Amino acid sequence: MSGSLSPTEFRVPPVDAVALETRCADLATRSIKKAAKVQGLKLAIAMMDLTTLEGMDSPGKVRQLCQKAMRPLPSRPDLPSCAAVCVYPDLVKIAANAVAGSGVQVASVATGFPAGRTDRRTKLREVELAVKAGASEIDMVIDRGAFLSGRYGVVYDEVCAVKEACGEAHLKVILETGELKTYDNVRRASRIAILGGADFIKTSTGKVSPASTRPVVLLMLEAVRDHYLETGKMVGVKAAGGIRSAKDALRYLVLVAETCGDAWLTPEWFRFGASSLLNDVLMQLEKQRTGSYQRSTDFSTD
Amino acid sequence: MAKTENQNPAAQKKVTKKVTKKVAKKSLGQPELKFGGWQYASAPEGTDHVAIEDRYGLFINGEFVRPKSGKYFATINPATEKKISEVAQANGKDVDRAVQAANKALPGWRKLSGDDRARYLFRIARILLERAREFAVLETLDNGKPIKETRDVDVPLAAQHFFYHAGWADKLGLLFPGELPEPVGVVGQIIPWNFPLLMAAWKIAPALAAGNTVVIKPAETSPLTALRLCEVFAQAELPAGVVNVITGDGATGQALVRHPDLNKVAFTGSTDVGKEIQKAVAGRKVDLTLELGGKAAHLVFEDAALDQAVEGVVRGIFFNQGHVCCAGSRLLVQESVHDLFVRKLQRRMARIRVGDPLDKNTDMGAIHSAEQLQRIQGLVQAGVDEGAVLFQAKAALPKKGFWFAPSMFTGVTQSHRVAREEIFGPVLSVSTFRTPEEAVVKANDTSYGLSAGIWTDKGARILWLASRMRAGVVWNNTFNRFDAASPFGGYQESGFGREGGRQGLRAYVKLRSGLLPG
Repeated sequence: MSGSLSPTEFRVPPVDAVALETRCADLATRSIKKAAKVQGLKLAIAMMDLTTLEGMDSPGKVRQLCQKAMRPLPSRPDLPSCAAVCVYPDLVKIAANAVAGSGVQVASVATGFPAGRTDRRTKLREVELAVKAGASEIDMVIDRGAFLSGRYGVVYDEVCAVKEACGEAHLKVILETGELKTYDNVRRASRIAILGGADFIKTSTGKVSPASTRPVVLLMLEAVRDHYLETGKMVGVKAAGGIRSAKDALRYLVLVAETCGDAWLTPEWFRFGASSLLNDVLMQLEKQRTGSYQRSTDFSTD
Repeated sequence: MAKTENQNPAAQKKVTKKVTKKVAKKSLGQPELKFGGWQYASAPEGTDHVAIEDRYGLFINGEFVRPKSGKYFATINPATEKKISEVAQANGKDVDRAVQAANKALPGWRKLSGDDRARYLFRIARILLERAREFAVLETLDNGKPIKETRDVDVPLAAQHFFYHAGWADKLGLLFPGELPEPVGVVGQIIPWNFPLLMAAWKIAPALAAGNTVVIKPAETSPLTALRLCEVFAQAELPAGVVNVITGDGATGQALVRHPDLNKVAFTGSTDVGKEIQKAVAGRKVDLTLELGGKAAHLVFEDAALDQAVEGVVRGIFFNQGHVCCAGSRLLVQESVHDLFVRKLQRRMARIRVGDPLDKNTDMGAIHSAEQLQRIQGLVQAGVDEGAVLFQAKAALPKKGFWFAPSMFTGVTQSHRVAREEIFGPVLSVSTFRTPEEAVVKANDTSYGLSAGIWTDKGARILWLASRMRAGVVWNNTFNRFDAASPFGGYQESGFGREGGRQGLRAYVKLRSGLLPG
């Protein structure tokens, strides 16, 4: 498979860091109030991959998370459920059973998450097992070692191979932008992942700081937008890690709305990977409904 | 992805999205983006905290006085055409009164130590920031520019000019080593309507730092923030007569520049009026600085960061509705990326939110006046008549007020009027170049020379181009960035003299050589 694409395919337009961040700061001043806020927050819930990726995860913790994803706030049946729960491969079966029939998807990280430093065969086998166990979405990590040493073909080939191993499952490719360091690298990694067959490109594992940042996500949105305008093929974007407040989530949605437009404003094409974000969104929605803030203990800790 | 039974409305929508996507593919139409599914609720900035009087007098010798002329005229909100307030029409006698007040205040003010003058300037800057929201709202009401800009640019930058010059007031000796800087004397200043408060700050701050006293005339269509600045001066206990603000039309301005007791005139505005002023001060012992029009060029090379260049070009021409003397009104783009870049621009222009200037989500506000709107319409018509191709963003413009949609001409040649004349509105003219040499020739092919923008990823090319641009300010991979420490001013018909930075202060001092300070 190696060498299946010429290196020129990975060429990307340069990125000006100052101007990118300026645009981001400008869009952060959008004032999202009233109906627009409620609409945006509900959308944020529907776009959420509720995530737990800890060594100490247990079946009980995962079931609890699944319950929360299906019914974020039992007293508010009008609220949507989350898009997915995101877990380690060994807990996929438990999650799949817990959410069965609800429409909530099960996403599994794979390919030696979070560092990706295992053999290719191990990675592919891990993906196959996770799919077999019931994962309908696979969140892989790219080989940053290969990327940073300029072996883009290796990264591309691995994405292609994992995509194949996914079968029907959707593939999200984690770029781990916190390790790529430059915006030019992010733009290039986005292109490689898209060409390799990613259904989604995703910022981070959540294990490296900084995780998701808005300029990075704006850049990734520009990458999928340009790919769509060139080829007619849509690719989704997932902002993961470090997004904790409803306000921040709305700012991400503004980036989506003003860069890619309506088509991406659905859980099918934009996702948040988060764990603590949901409760803040719920609290803000309750504030909008009742006019006052509720106690944090009114929302379950999962 | 397996089909979801998600009960959210977006999930249902995606079914239709999928269908339309397939149809679009089958019909071989170009993929295009759609916007507007998530409408931001209106978020207007409140105006209750801004008390506006029915009528304002002239600020002379530290207090508001009635004009000797006895005449007043209305100032309106360009977004609604509603009258906001009335201001005085100063006549020759009023001008004389103001100049005399400045003259009387001069000995005391220039005798103060630089340290003492700095304290006043610091105080003014701080009070201005404390009252920032009030100033932002008032500026937006009187001028028509969006609250986003007055809040984030005009007011903070105005305060920065006072802070910056406060820092120099006691260090003038360091600026001009071996020479003794002395104030010029009484300075007459005339400022335009596009940045009413900011221009006042640009002019007043360096004048005061160097020990001059001031008579300033704001534009007749946007006088309110300069008048409110007088309240700040009073609050800061600035000595009476150090700054005098007189309002009025062109006749007032003429009376001011002709006044025999002025030592210096500083003007920002149109090239035509600038030339008139130059005639009026000719043969007199009066210093003059002019900051006039512009027809700035952006040069976009094929290797540029195109998405960010699009942002810069948009900022360059649609910031402040294009009412900017250094606006990047000409876009020269390398032929190889012309089509791609123009398409990107068109998509981006469609995202510009035009409307209520008080709405925090508005990107572009109202055209400042009926007169200016007419001028823009006339020049755009000329562009169409001369055969350039017009693209206008579809914007739902309000019925009342003065509005013009973001516009772009392609296929523009060097001889088109829209490529030569300053439109001072949201209208961009696009043409192409093939080589760096051609880009330089075309960029410099103008009677102006205020600013230019270079967009390329190559550092060496930036330096090569910057040294060949006949423009006072050359921005690299950015545009319309201002800072009090950075000198601003032009070549040729864009005027002479600099404002801001050490160079700006030079215009407000006389140097006596051979004397040591102190």
